Amino acid sequence: MANLARLELTEAEVTRFTEQLASILGHAADVAALDVHELAPTAHPFGLTNVLRVDELRPSTDREEVLSQAPKVVDNRFGVPRIVGEAP
Amino acid sequence: MSVRDLAQAIRSGHESAVAVTQRSLDAIAAQDGEVHAFLDVQAEQALAHAAEIDAAVARGEDPGRLAGIPVALKDNLCQRGEVTSCASKILAGWRPPYDATVVTKLRSAGAIAVGKTNMDEFAMGSSTENSAFGPTLNPRDLSRVPGGSSGGSAAAVAAGMVPLSLGSDTGGSIRQPAALCGVVGVKPTYGLVSRYGLVAFASSLDQIGPFANSVADAAELLEVIAGHDEMDSTSLADPIPQISAHLDDGVDGLKIGLCSDLLNGCDEEVVASVRHAAETLAGQGAEIVDIAIPELGFGLSAYYLLAPAEASSNLARYDGVRFGNRVDGDDVTAMNTATRTQGFGDEVKRRIMLGTYALSAGYYDAYYGQAQRVRTMIINAFAAAYGKVDLLLGATAPTTAFPVGDKVDDPMAMYLSDICTIPTNLAGHPAMSVPFATGADGLPIGVQLLGPGMSEERLFAAAHVLEKGARA
Repeated sequence: MANLARLELTEAEVTRFTEQLASILGHAADVAALDVHELAPTAHPFGLTNVLRVDELRPSTDREEVLSQAPKVVDNRFGVPRIVGEAP
Repeated sequence: MSVRDLAQAIRSGHESAVAVTQRSLDAIAAQDGEVHAFLDVQAEQALAHAAEIDAAVARGEDPGRLAGIPVALKDNLCQRGEVTSCASKILAGWRPPYDATVVTKLRSAGAIAVGKTNMDEFAMGSSTENSAFGPTLNPRDLSRVPGGSSGGSAAAVAAGMVPLSLGSDTGGSIRQPAALCGVVGVKPTYGLVSRYGLVAFASSLDQIGPFANSVADAAELLEVIAGHDEMDSTSLADPIPQISAHLDDGVDGLKIGLCSDLLNGCDEEVVASVRHAAETLAGQGAEIVDIAIPELGFGLSAYYLLAPAEASSNLARYDGVRFGNRVDGDDVTAMNTATRTQGFGDEVKRRIMLGTYALSAGYYDAYYGQAQRVRTMIINAFAAAYGKVDLLLGATAPTTAFPVGDKVDDPMAMYLSDICTIPTNLAGHPAMSVPFATGADGLPIGVQLLGPGMSEERLFAAAHVLEKGARA
């Protein structure tokens, strides 16, 4: 799970978190045991569906202000470690 | 003095916004070394804004219904150019490039933003001990927690540093700290207040709401921040409830359900306070009926699958690329992992892992899907209850404020402090905590009123009756 969530845990953390998460999931067993298969799942309390807006130009967030908060900027873009190799 | 009277004095030029703001800043300076309600105090900006308000009044303009009123903002509300960290190392120093809608609305109403308040990291916690920048202490007793996750906002009002503050409530994060600090706290109907600019924890549950010293003050603030916003697609189009206008409606003829399932696991003195509250309402003409809603007992478990699932998805954005802090790595995955490992605290990691698990292939149906169906079951149970009664009454928190350090090593014990508040969020309904009594330890006890969606007018009218009959 930690790998999927992009987290790295020490051995001690693995032991501690495993114990704590097992206790929480143990508590959740009451939910798992309920027979609710006939009910529809709720993702939103009032069942809103798609909300559309008029497709028109409007000002967006200032690019320089956004980039000023990024950890690394390269040529007006977010900078990240190299993903693909050099071109041959 | 009520917020309305104070704003009126400023709007009419009888009181100066600068003087009021300075008093608030002085109170913060005097007490916050001990209480630590604030992560950032915007003294210079606040005084400059207050001077603008006074100048506007001098020109004969009306700066708005919250003119010159100092307001503190939970640190998960974006304020353009002001540090917004969610009490997390991963966002430390981040300055949002835009304002949350509630921040814009407050400014339009003439309110003065005085600073950002401490919280559990990313609003995950019930004691404000999960802040990466140290805990907030309860101003009523510094050995106790203020509750959480909006503990800083609750403590700031309880200590008299500000008359109003905003928090966010995903499973009780406004009502529980309000109860533990002895102030009024409101979780409005889901969609009544725009979430635009509220850093997301669990998007289908999160809602911004007010803290105040009185029910009337809370109404003033809620009416200012409420309303449809096209920037939040879950924002409701309904008209804003006329809460203040109905504040004195009373409870005569209302049917109020005393809900035994909102008293389960509560200390005897808390149960007694709720029963006294029921008597107070009955004394003003309400009909009190005992009501059982056993489905609510499954709320906590469903919540601790749904909220972490949504959080694990929402917090995927903290990858060290676009904002916040980065820890370098050889490749993108190593950079993402190092950033998140060093940037998040333990509780956030626990919830992300729990949510990742609940959403993973093979467990999705058994956990996330099942919890979504249980959510429907709880919504249906509330609907059936509100077919019989107008409002529900129960406890806000099972105990008074607990000692600092008491529950930090036992997440399940911490989660249980939200057992009475969580069901409301699952249903999207409004609920509020009103200080009503004092425990044997001398600390405040809050009682909780709950109503169906958009019932704020009725809810506040009943809360106003409770406030007048409070034994605190």
